[in-house]
Amino acid sequence: MSIYFLCLVLLSIGVYCILRKRNLIKIVIGLGIIEYAVNLFFILVGYRMYGRAPILARSEEILNMVDPLVQALVLTAIVIGLATTALIVAIAIRIYEKYGTFDITKINKLKG
Amino acid sequence: MLPLFVAIPLAAAFIISLIGKRYQRAGDVLANLSSLVLLALSFFAFLSLNSHSSNILVYKVGGWIPPIGICMVLDGLTSFMLITINLVSCLVTIYSISYMEKYTSKYRFYSLFMLMLAGMNGVIITGDMFNLFVFLEIASIASYALVAFGTESDELEASFKYAIMGSVASSFILLGIALLYSYTSSLNMADISAVLAVKGDSNIVGFISVLFLMGFGLKAAIMPFHAWLPDAHPSAPAPISAMLSGIFIKTLGIYALLRIFFNVLGVSSTLLFLLIILGIISMSAGAFLAVGQRDIKRMLAYSSISQIGYIIFAVGIGTPLAIFGGLFHLINHAIFKSLLFLNSGAIEYSTKTRDLDQMGGLGKHLPLTGYTSLVGSTSISGIPPLSGFWSKLIIIVAAIQAKYVGFAVIAVLISILTLAYYLKLQRKAFFGELNKRWEKIKEVPLSMRLSMVILSVLCIIAGLILIPGLRGFIQQAVDVILVGKQYAGIVLGAVQ
Amino acid sequence: MTLIVKTITRLTVGLILLYGIYIVLHGHLTPGGGFPGGVIIALSFIHLMLAFGKDTALKRLNQLRASILESLGAIMFLGIAISGFLGGYFFLNFIKRGEAFNLFSAGIIPLCNIAICFKVGAGLFLIFVALVVLSNSQEK
Repeated sequence: MSIYFLCLVLLSIGVYCILRKRNLIKIVIGLGIIEYAVNLFFILVGYRMYGRAPILARSEEILNMVDPLVQALVLTAIVIGLATTALIVAIAIRIYEKYGTFDITKINKLKG
Repeated sequence: MLPLFVAIPLAAAFIISLIGKRYQRAGDVLANLSSLVLLALSFFAFLSLNSHSSNILVYKVGGWIPPIGICMVLDGLTSFMLITINLVSCLVTIYSISYMEKYTSKYRFYSLFMLMLAGMNGVIITGDMFNLFVFLEIASIASYALVAFGTESDELEASFKYAIMGSVASSFILLGIALLYSYTSSLNMADISAVLAVKGDSNIVGFISVLFLMGFGLKAAIMPFHAWLPDAHPSAPAPISAMLSGIFIKTLGIYALLRIFFNVLGVSSTLLFLLIILGIISMSAGAFLAVGQRDIKRMLAYSSISQIGYIIFAVGIGTPLAIFGGLFHLINHAIFKSLLFLNSGAIEYSTKTRDLDQMGGLGKHLPLTGYTSLVGSTSISGIPPLSGFWSKLIIIVAAIQAKYVGFAVIAVLISILTLAYYLKLQRKAFFGELNKRWEKIKEVPLSMRLSMVILSVLCIIAGLILIPGLRGFIQQAVDVILVGKQYAGIVLGAVQ
Repeated sequence: MTLIVKTITRLTVGLILLYGIYIVLHGHLTPGGGFPGGVIIALSFIHLMLAFGKDTALKRLNQLRASILESLGAIMFLGIAISGFLGGYFFLNFIKRGEAFNLFSAGIIPLCNIAICFKVGAGLFLIFVALVVLSNSQEK
């Protein structure tokens, strides 16, 4: 039970990072923390009591395993997170070229 | 035939990115060809659905039987959305043949555009929750890159804000899917609703509904979550603004909300009332914020928020007439908002500015743009006999029938306010004195004129959908929504 | 980079590439598959770039070839999926399954892994090159 609560703590740290930090790169790191927290929660959903890793080998019998479907889904989610992070970091570098600063209080040309 | 909706744009995207650098015209030809083929396929899907007896088609991907495998479902709501999306994107690709000439590396634009189209088609036809999430992310990431396409400073800032907020929303959706999987241990939409019918509602289903409302509400730009839209839509290139505002926020936001709340999770009356309140707030705040804008596209972006408020309000009322009005307004808004954004792109192409105070009297030099813009503006304000009038009338009548008279009065007042700011747009941009700077501008190129004319013709004749013969187009979508949780039985029964 | 880093890189880059290929090819037997194997293959090229500089790595795999490789990987994956139509369903596993735990078994899964490995490896390498080129052009 406490493991799921720690996932929630990680999620709230990520949300705090996005809301309160002023540097662009710290906001991107906060986004990464949110994605890690959700992926971690997803994998913990698949835990079964006394389960072991869901890999079939040639010589072993099939005992109870943890849920393998969740691991495939989280692999896809990690790839999606990687693609989004790469795109946002590229945009952040270009913003630095145009505006000369990483501070979001100074990047506010669009108003109203 | 169903996977072709995803496979054709994906193939076009990858082939364009391979050969686009060498052969400059390959991007144009392949993109337009594939969007025309998709339009033809969506009409074919609509006709074949009508000729089928049970009105639903299920396709098992890879031969695996659902609920073990992924299935693709074609029912009334799906075919309605497919025709809307492919029609608008076909016209936008025709428009962007000439508009994107001023950007370098046009082939990258077409490649990303086809990826976004593949993602949106995938969201509509899939019947599996995680598959919905994957296609949602494909379309979202392509749109983040497309908003930042010109790499001017305000485009980059808008794209950064949009990307961060969109990613947070996607994480909330993924959290909702994780909780749903832990409660029902299945990912297939029909199977989830069957399991929920047996297991009964508990508090966690309410929490999951709120998570999905937050996540998809941000994608649909409902009022508390709208903050990315007024920055992202003006800064994007004009065809992308038309796609984003016309169909993207409707597919990823409203279609997903409809499918998940009506068919999978089940609606309660508190949820419907919450949707009505959110709709009213979006309607009013969008209209009030749009009045004071000087930038054309920013005004149109706030107007999008207002019209999406109408659709959410109609869906929240919940009666069959109201949902019919909401879906009719969805397709109307797709047509006339795309037309208005393409018009603003034409103005920007000729005059290189978006500021309303500097324009004036453009109607003399840009006659076709002026006429189509007039058609679009009067249609969105609800002037009879154009299409917007019919859909707003149906929504207001349904609200009065359901005893929400106060909200109906608010809807009428907001419609009058919409008329006010669109008249301001028309007067300042097209009528009035010709500014000295714009003596020498010419009419925009042929492909842009073609799409604008076709969209304005559709605007005028879309009111004819109310004829009882053609009414079935929207009515079948309404039937799917109203069938509610028995969707599970229909889909699982149609699997051979 | 110092002499120690350059010597170790020269010794281990080939082994990293080989390890990545092993993970890709045995994707249906052991954990791994297309995406982690592709990341490790991209890492071997990035390791070369970090130790020796941009030009050495680009001489081994220049940008045009990486771009073509990436698109080819994607088209190969889509081709395998569409050729499932021959058996009747999109994405059907239409090659013979073979017996379990052999290297040549499990139908189309090893081919899909190889296609993904091309796309992910070339894609990550291109992302890194683009970021390095961007920051270089901005320093000037």
